[in-house]
Amino acid sequence: MNLSLKWLHDFTNTDGITVKEYCDRMTDTGSKVEGYEVLGDDIQNVKVAKVVSMERHPDSDHLWICQVDIGSEVTQIVTGAQNVHAGDIVPAAIPVAHLPGDITIKAGKLRGVESNGMLCSISELNLTLHDMPKACEDGILILGKGFEDKVGMDIKDALLLNDTVVEFEITSNRPDCLSVIGLARETAISFDKPFSVPAPTVKGAGDGDKIENYLSVRISDSDLCYRYAAKVVKNVKIAPSPLWLRMRLRAAGVRPINNIVDITNYVMLEYGQPMHAFDYAMLSGSAINVRRANDGELFKSLDDKDHVLDSTMLVIADEKKACALAGVMGGANSEIKDGTTTVVFESACFSGPSVRVTAKKNGMRTESSSRFEKGLDPNNCMAGLLRACQLVEELSAGDVVDGTIDVYPTKPEAVVLPLEVDKINKFLGVELDYDYMKSVLERLECKVEGNEITVPSFRADLTCMNDIAEEIIRIYGYNKIKSTCIYAETTQGGRTPKQQFEVDLEEALYGMGCDQIQTFSFISPKYYDKVRLPADSSLRKSVVISNPLGEDTSVMRTIALPSMLEVIARNINFSNENVRLFEMATVYIPDEDATKLPAENKVITLGMYGDEDFYTIKGVIENILEKAGIEKAKFVSCSDDAAYHPGRCARIYAGETLLGTFGQIHPLTANNYGISTPVYAAELSFDEIWNAADMTIDYKPLPKFPATSRDFSFICDEDLEVGTIEEVMAKAAGKLCEDVKLFDIFRGEKIGEGKKSVAFRVILRAPDRTLTVEEADKVSNKILKDLSYKLGLNIRG
Amino acid sequence: MKETLNRIKAEALEAIASPETDDAALEALRIKYLGKKGELTAVLRGMGQLSAEERPVVGQIANEVRAEIEAAITEKKTVLKAQALDAQLKAEKLDVTVDGKKAKVGHRHPLTLVQRDLENIFIGMGFSIAEGPEVEYDYYNFQALNIPENHPARDTQDTFYITDNILLRSQTSPVQARTMEQQKPPIRIISPGRVYRSDAMDATHSPLFHQMEGLVVDKGITMGDLKGMLETFAKTEFGEDTKIRFRPHHFPFTEPSAEVDISCFMCGGKGCRLCKGEGWIEILGAGMVHPNVLRNCGIDPEVYSGFAFGMGVERIAMLKYHIDDIRHFYDNDVRFIEQF
Repeated sequence: MNLSLKWLHDFTNTDGITVKEYCDRMTDTGSKVEGYEVLGDDIQNVKVAKVVSMERHPDSDHLWICQVDIGSEVTQIVTGAQNVHAGDIVPAAIPVAHLPGDITIKAGKLRGVESNGMLCSISELNLTLHDMPKACEDGILILGKGFEDKVGMDIKDALLLNDTVVEFEITSNRPDCLSVIGLARETAISFDKPFSVPAPTVKGAGDGDKIENYLSVRISDSDLCYRYAAKVVKNVKIAPSPLWLRMRLRAAGVRPINNIVDITNYVMLEYGQPMHAFDYAMLSGSAINVRRANDGELFKSLDDKDHVLDSTMLVIADEKKACALAGVMGGANSEIKDGTTTVVFESACFSGPSVRVTAKKNGMRTESSSRFEKGLDPNNCMAGLLRACQLVEELSAGDVVDGTIDVYPTKPEAVVLPLEVDKINKFLGVELDYDYMKSVLERLECKVEGNEITVPSFRADLTCMNDIAEEIIRIYGYNKIKSTCIYAETTQGGRTPKQQFEVDLEEALYGMGCDQIQTFSFISPKYYDKVRLPADSSLRKSVVISNPLGEDTSVMRTIALPSMLEVIARNINFSNENVRLFEMATVYIPDEDATKLPAENKVITLGMYGDEDFYTIKGVIENILEKAGIEKAKFVSCSDDAAYHPGRCARIYAGETLLGTFGQIHPLTANNYGISTPVYAAELSFDEIWNAADMTIDYKPLPKFPATSRDFSFICDEDLEVGTIEEVMAKAAGKLCEDVKLFDIFRGEKIGEGKKSVAFRVILRAPDRTLTVEEADKVSNKILKDLSYKLGLNIRG
Repeated sequence: MKETLNRIKAEALEAIASPETDDAALEALRIKYLGKKGELTAVLRGMGQLSAEERPVVGQIANEVRAEIEAAITEKKTVLKAQALDAQLKAEKLDVTVDGKKAKVGHRHPLTLVQRDLENIFIGMGFSIAEGPEVEYDYYNFQALNIPENHPARDTQDTFYITDNILLRSQTSPVQARTMEQQKPPIRIISPGRVYRSDAMDATHSPLFHQMEGLVVDKGITMGDLKGMLETFAKTEFGEDTKIRFRPHHFPFTEPSAEVDISCFMCGGKGCRLCKGEGWIEILGAGMVHPNVLRNCGIDPEVYSGFAFGMGVERIAMLKYHIDDIRHFYDNDVRFIEQF
């Protein structure tokens, strides 16, 4: 809401207050100021001038040399404009002058002839044809005879340009403040200034003609229309509004159109009551019906857009058609035009939610709808209507037909609340007395009798003790509340073990050189193609956003690998070397029942390239498992996950539970991201790791007796996994086996194709004695036997 | 014989003392003089030819000579060792300005860094961390929070919808409602997490960002308590000298509501680029929990009162670290992340 301070002064004053002080205090009392603008600040030294005489420039066929009376003197100005004549009153920029757009006017010569300034056009003064309807668009602004006595005056005074506009951000609970009067009330209480709104008076035509001769109104759907008031104006002369009115609208940021339309806008801005004006001649019949639209009913709004209505929307209809979308916009069929002679002024109160839905469905948020949707005061209708008619008379825009239509089916009862002084003080942590609270509330136009507060109807936001407390404290000052400590039961606080585990895992990952990333939870469904997720994969069924910003962010991810690969690709493009990343990502798995919320699962994704290989990423994962105390995880080779290299991918199990998948990204997947370097990635279920985690610490005594070791080296098929061999050896070694470790692996010509040479060391130890050579040999033989028997391996020397 | 012994001694000591004598030469000298076939041994072997009177005298001299040579050799060894160590140390001198070989340490994402900071501050004041779904029911995101359908307050939070009843939460506040439904006072929770709003991405907007919500409900909680707690928070997060300022505002789920500014931590309130000359920076929204919200969650507003506050994690991170573009957080360029 843009507030003209000049307009504000019709109802209160800000004498002795600087603009800065005004803005600060208004913000402190709850009307947030976004900023202010001193209008015309960029126009300096432009005066009302009279062209005394003109002659052609000797060296130009389009320049004129004008002798111009600027009040204090007659000066010479050269102009190229062709619409100026001797005797015209014009704006003249007198050096050194400033014009909007950082233009400075200095004295100079135009083709050798001295020019002490510049005659100005409307655009040079930052005005438009709406502000100055009779002006010449591509010539000098000719001010007309009314300015004859203003020669020498500053143009800002003459054109009423000097005003200060304060921009307020009005919260949705205070539609009453979307008006000059509402803000004047707030101003008055904030600065302890007088406040009064003169009651509008209408003389009326007094010719015996009556509104009943023109109009009847019926509200068919009173659940959506609380009040409908109307007056008729005849003998209308459509014309531009007077300068003062145009300039007030301009200050408020509203474009002047013509007197009738301007009056409706003026009243809306002043009273906060949206108005509508119909051309009476365009109505079919004289009966107005406020009804729900029919499904499929067609309507052309006055901005010439076509709409298909439905029965949730309210229209103002004549006997044949909808003439306005209630509270949103009028119809093209009854628009005020230059030839309009009879006007119906509507001042009504519609249901907020209904107007909001209607405006939204039709994509037409207007000044009117944005006020109605916040819930307006039906008691404000009549004042607005009378004010509009008063302006009609003031502007001589027509004759107000006697009589008023006012359909007001249910007058709302006044809200009465208790004034609970002690409770409010306790709640706020202040000590204010009854008299103070009463005086604040009364200045806000509440009636206070004893401990009863009658809330004014324009303050529908006041419904309970908290609301009253806020009114009192915002005027008293939020910042006068003393800070206190909570006096209550203590609470333990802290993270749950699972939350702490997440923090600990993060710390461990930083320690392993992984940088943390955060990526969007919504992705493009194409991301599933990029990681080569099978067409029939259930993971392609995502939670879909019905109104996404774009396809790129249209579904909630069911896997987090694509997000990781996007980031990896980006870092490769940035030429960042040796990158190791992780994300604690959430994935969203839809429920079969679409009315239920999806499962939100946490996954740890890893991504790395550079000095990395399959075993470095595996090492990071093993560390994570160790951190979780998961000792018996199994790594199972996996060749059926299309995102990964079929020979360099593994699934991790704890028992039967899948903890995750990792490996080298498939070259075809990498290619989809424009990546040609090997990339390693992992997707681990944080939730499953947590479920499998065992972080109890139980000290085991250090061994008292020395260990014995036996080495085994042999050649085997490439396909035989080290893990399988280790399992056989450990099982064979039985209770005495402390560890089986691969310590060498070798491939080469000597070994033969499809073969590898491997060497293991088995550590044997008994808790209660030093093992004898015989005991160790016995174990050793059992291992050899099992290797041969179970795996067909014959061990070399 | 005496002369021979003295000559051997003089020769030996000179040879040992010679600067040319290194470890090997020293060993050779030891063998030459003291070895089984050495000169001194040879002299001692000839002692049999001496008279009984001379023998002990010469014997003593011979022992003294041996001892002296041995001592000289030992001393020389010490010197040589020291010299060798010196030489080794000299040879091993390193250029300490060459880069260290470090095990790479990963970096926190700045949003996590700030979030954990905030969490830790409130955990220290007895708060627990409550979590709630990001894909949420309209009921918890709006209705339970006193924002009925078609309420204009919904306009300030352009919301992504999944179905008519399910949406991407536009604030972390639904966790308040969920917590109050499940837990009776005393309640002291914070709830950090992702929220979603239909804002196109630019330098200051992101359709996804992080908030942290706080909620306290108990008997006798006052607005002064809210101020006190936020003051403590601001001082801990932004420095001991930080002041806070409340400005009245409107949130449907709190009443009274406030926007809270902190004194600019860069200029201390004098006005600078960071605070746009204001001296104050808007940092969070707060207020006393609306009785309708308490009632919606089954808590009697006649018995209990409470306060709630919420802040944007991105905003705090951007202010604290002078980050000029919110998109950096989600680009995940390691050159950005590794600054934190």
